[in-house]
Amino acid sequence: MGKKRTSNAALFVLMIILSALFLFPIFIVFINSFKTKFSIMGSPFKLPNRETFAGFENYVTGIKSAGIIAAFGRSLFITVLSVLVLALLSSMTAWYLVRVKSAVTKAIYGTFLFSMIVPFQMVMYTMTFVVTKIHFNNPVGIIFVYLGFGAGLSVFMLSGFIKGIPRELEEAAQIDGCNPVQIFFMIVFPILKPTAITVTILNAMWIWNDYLLPYLILGTSNKTLPVAIQIAMQGAYGAVNWGGFMAMLVLAILPIIIFYLFCQRYIIEGVIAGAVKG
Amino acid sequence: MGIYLSFNRFTTVSNAEWVGLENYIKAFSNSDFLNALRFTALFTIVSVITVNVFAFLLAMALTGAVRGKNIFRTIFFMPNLIGGIVLGYIWNLIINGILSYFGVDISYDAKYGFWGLVVLTNWQLIGYMMVIYIAGLQNIPRDLHEAAEIDGATRLQTMKNVTIPMLMPSITICTFLTLTNSFKLFDQNLALTAGAPARKTAMLALDIYNTFYGRAGWQGVGQAKAVIFFLIVALIAFAQLKITSSREVES
Repeated sequence: MGKKRTSNAALFVLMIILSALFLFPIFIVFINSFKTKFSIMGSPFKLPNRETFAGFENYVTGIKSAGIIAAFGRSLFITVLSVLVLALLSSMTAWYLVRVKSAVTKAIYGTFLFSMIVPFQMVMYTMTFVVTKIHFNNPVGIIFVYLGFGAGLSVFMLSGFIKGIPRELEEAAQIDGCNPVQIFFMIVFPILKPTAITVTILNAMWIWNDYLLPYLILGTSNKTLPVAIQIAMQGAYGAVNWGGFMAMLVLAILPIIIFYLFCQRYIIEGVIAGAVKG
Repeated sequence: MGIYLSFNRFTTVSNAEWVGLENYIKAFSNSDFLNALRFTALFTIVSVITVNVFAFLLAMALTGAVRGKNIFRTIFFMPNLIGGIVLGYIWNLIINGILSYFGVDISYDAKYGFWGLVVLTNWQLIGYMMVIYIAGLQNIPRDLHEAAEIDGATRLQTMKNVTIPMLMPSITICTFLTLTNSFKLFDQNLALTAGAPARKTAMLALDIYNTFYGRAGWQGVGQAKAVIFFLIVALIAFAQLKITSSREVES
C-alpha cells in the first residue's frame, strides 16, 4: 500500500507540473497584456516591473484602435443566431428525413452526409463569388452560409438520435388530433433537446472561432473577433502595437474560458458525443 | 462546380475558359504545392503519433487514484476551445521569445515552424483526445481487469492484452480526428508562420488559399489543388468508414 501511495503522490506532482505547462502560454499572454508595448518583444517571459508595467493602458488602446467591441458584438450576433437557426432547422429536417422514407429523402440525406467530407477549400472560391453576387455578404447573410456549412453534421447527429425515438409517441399524438407542426414542437423537439444542445455547443465553438469564412465574406469592414485579431497583426507590418494586441488576445480568450467553466459538463459531453458519431 | 472549374482558366467564376488538364499539370509542377504536400504529410504523421501517445498517457494517469482528477482534466481540455488564430499568435509570442535567446525567430528556418506547429497542435488537441480516451477507459468493465489480476498478469500484460484491445474504438476515433484536423490545419498555420520562410512552412490549405488569392490568373490551379486536397480528405474519410463498419460487423 505504501508503494502505491508514493507512486500516486509522484503522479500528482507530475500532473501539477504538466498543468502548469499547459497554462503557461495563457499566463504569458495575460502578464504581457499589462506591460508597455516596447517591453514585450524580446523578453516576453519577464514579469512586469515598475518601468514596464502599463496598467490597463493596453486594454484602452487595444479596444479603441481595432474596433474590438464592435467585432465582439458581431461575433456574438452571428454565433448565437446561427446556432439557434441551425438547431431548429436541422431538427426539423432530420425528423422529416427519418420519418418520411422515399428515394428523394434518401438522396437528400446522402447529400448532407457528403457535404460533411467536402473540405472548405474546395468550395471556397466559388462560394465566396456566389455569396457576394446575391448580396449575402453581410452579418445577416453569413448566417445562411453557416446554415449550409453546419447542416451536414447537425442533421447527421440529430437523425441518428431520432431513429431511436419510438414512433408510437407520435402516432398517439396524431390520434389525439395533433397536426405535424404540433407533433414536432410538443413531442419530438422536447425529446431531442439533449442532442440539440450537443449540436449547438459544437456549432458554437466552431462558428465563434472561425476565421476564413467571415474574412472572405464579410471582409475587413465587418470584422468578427478572429478577423480583427488577424488584421491587427497583419495590417501593420513592423509597427504592431504588441501591448494592445496582447490585450485583444486576452479579451478573445476570457469569454470562452468563463463560458467553459460554467458549461463544462455539457461541453465535454458534447465533444464526446460529437466525436463518437462524427 | 468546383470540379468543373478545375479544368478551366478563370479569374472570376463567370469568365471560365476550358483548358483541360493544364491546371493539374501546373499544380503538380509547382514547387510550392509539392513542398506543402510533403510538409503536410510529415506534420500529420508526427502530430498524430505525438498527440495520441500523450493523450493516452494522460488519460491513463487521470483514470487512476490521483487526487484532483477533475481539475486536471479541466485544465488539459481548455486550450481546445481557443480559436486557431488566437492559438497561433499565443505560440508565435512564446516561440519567438524562446528563440530570441538564440538570436533568431520562427521565420529563420522551416524546422522551427514545423516543430512550432507540432507543439501548438499537441497543446490544442491533447486535451480533446484525452477526454475521448477517458470515456473509452471508463467503459471497460472492471471485472476484465480483476480477472487479469487474478490470472497473475503484470501491469504491462494487462495493458497490452486487456486495455488496448478494449480501447480500439477510441483509438480509431482519435487517430482519424487528429488525422483530419492536422491535415486541414489552416488558421494556426496562418497565424504562427504564415508560411515563412519563403512559403516553406505553408501547409496544403494555406497553399491553396495563397494560390487563389495571391496569384492572378492561377485561380484554376488553386481549384485543381483543392480537388486534389478533397480527394485525399475523402480517401481518409472512406478509410475510417471502412474500419469502423468492419468492426461493427465483428462485434
